[in-house]
Amino acid sequence: MPLNIEPNIASPDDFYEALLDAHRDLTHDESDALNARLILLLANHVGDIEVLREAVAEARTSGGKPVADSAQRHSTLLKRHP
Amino acid sequence: MAVDYQQLVLPYRSPAQCGDTRGTRKPVIVVGAGPVGLTLAIDLARYGTPVLLLDDDDKLSTGSRAICFAKRTLEIWDRLGCGDAITERGVSWKVGKVHVGDRLVYAFDLLPEEGHRRPAFVNLQQYYVEGLLYDHARLQPNLDMRFRHKVVGVEHSASGVRVDVETPDGRYELGADYVVACDGSRSPMREMLGLPTRGQTFRDRFLIADIRMDADLPIERRFWFDPPFHPHGSALMHRQPDSVWRIDFQLGFHADPTAERQPERVNERLRRMLGEDAKFELVWCSVYTFSCMRMDRFREGRVIFAGDAAHGVSPFGARGANSGVQDADNLAWKLHYVVHGDAPERLLDSYASEREQAADENIAHSSRSADFLTPKSEMSRIFRDAVLSLARTHPFARRLVNSGRLSTATTLVNSPLSTPDADPFAGAMVPGAAAADAPVTVDGKPDWLLRHVGGRFVALQFSDGAEAIERPTMPSVASREAEVRLPRIDRLLVATSSSKAPHEPNAIIDSDGLLAARYDARPGTTYLLRPDQHVCARWRRYDASALAAAAARATCNG
Repeated sequence: MPLNIEPNIASPDDFYEALLDAHRDLTHDESDALNARLILLLANHVGDIEVLREAVAEARTSGGKPVADSAQRHSTLLKRHP
Repeated sequence: MAVDYQQLVLPYRSPAQCGDTRGTRKPVIVVGAGPVGLTLAIDLARYGTPVLLLDDDDKLSTGSRAICFAKRTLEIWDRLGCGDAITERGVSWKVGKVHVGDRLVYAFDLLPEEGHRRPAFVNLQQYYVEGLLYDHARLQPNLDMRFRHKVVGVEHSASGVRVDVETPDGRYELGADYVVACDGSRSPMREMLGLPTRGQTFRDRFLIADIRMDADLPIERRFWFDPPFHPHGSALMHRQPDSVWRIDFQLGFHADPTAERQPERVNERLRRMLGEDAKFELVWCSVYTFSCMRMDRFREGRVIFAGDAAHGVSPFGARGANSGVQDADNLAWKLHYVVHGDAPERLLDSYASEREQAADENIAHSSRSADFLTPKSEMSRIFRDAVLSLARTHPFARRLVNSGRLSTATTLVNSPLSTPDADPFAGAMVPGAAAADAPVTVDGKPDWLLRHVGGRFVALQFSDGAEAIERPTMPSVASREAEVRLPRIDRLLVATSSSKAPHEPNAIIDSDGLLAARYDARPGTTYLLRPDQHVCARWRRYDASALAAAAARATCNG
């Protein structure tokens, strides 16, 4: 199953508001921590490593910064023999 | 205890007492008598290759150092005949527990199934391991050991190696066909040859404290992130023999190594952990940093590198000494075949490629653990802390907690010595895998498979007694290609049921069916195992010419 990048959120404005609400009154550090927990929770929900890799690559290229291949160094080495 | 291995002084002989004649050339010189050098030297000697082991010192390991010896390492020492002595002296364990704060979040069992001769791990101080290996080495007729004989120079060419050796009674020179450097992470041999080793050093410091303490605690690996007794750091606790406990504290990169080593300071940390009233005695302590690195090539002509000299990892996966012993296991038979003229020199290249790949795998695991323990960037720390915070309440996050993924036998994936499967097979015994053990019956007595394989090529042939058992008439490949040499292959018959046990000496009865299950075997299934017990080929039916071709390939004679 490839990464779904077509519109898929049923109520986009509600989601966006909920995301920003979650960060209200938080310090920058607390917001960073919340984002990290959120990513981990969503990643676990997705589960499929290929979809997750695609999402990571998509996030990295869509930001306008060139991609270095070092991010996959260990995963490539270990993929052969999990 | 009869021998105090920490005080043992190994015997010194002057060059005159060693009895070399002028221009002496040794088949193999092993430099460094640590666990790797001793294992390699014993293994070579047992194959029948005369070996000279040189060490610059006359003492065993100072302090406990490596303490966790993995199942595969014990199986290698079993093959050499000293597995019992080491296992019995050590403390067996298989369960690890990971705590975040004061809460247990994750437990793992490294050997959840029954039917294995050896435990997942044995904890034993390195000086015991070296002492027991040394005791075994002394019994080997082909093994000459020289202590306080320090290699101070080395030159090599396509035709041989020359080493300069310094002793308290002066210098002398030796020639050798091959020299193996097992001289540790700072490898003087590597330095003398100007060979690079590359990787990364982690910006962190750790304190090791070994204490003697009578405590009725379970024999487990216990790990803490951010415990109340050591906030913001990690801690690790391991049991060793003689009521000794290994405790490891993460100190951070800016800790002062000299100050942290002071006994008062160490004792204060320990009291915070164990309680004000705890009675313990500090036996040994050390502050260390670690690197994950390896040499570009483990073979440089006639000089070969093994163990910490060739590769380094963090201690958290117990992948240092264990991978070094696997290096020795891999190299010994290949050197023996080459020295003996039974294989071309390029068989040694397969040592380098197989063990370089194993080192990459160990380094990748070790680097991942290190990145978790010692986050290298702000974002890496944010994710690490998020995992730990979720782990307190969310089971999924506990699987992400990485306190070290512990050493298992390396499967030699895509080895040039393996013959790829032509028949379908399931399970873990793929070509390149280290043969799994299983309980069996031989001559009516309970036994273990691994006691019967290794040290030579073995064809393991499964049979239910119904089909006619083809006699192993090895075709003379030499008749097809004059220059091809075939290694000797011993055939070992596995009977799937005792009632139909074949009348053949040494036949193995798979009484519990575990052997067939672990090898996904049916009647007719045949495995070819290398002298180091790794699988190199398998088929659904016995085919003498396929077997011969696979053995030729496994010795670079194909």
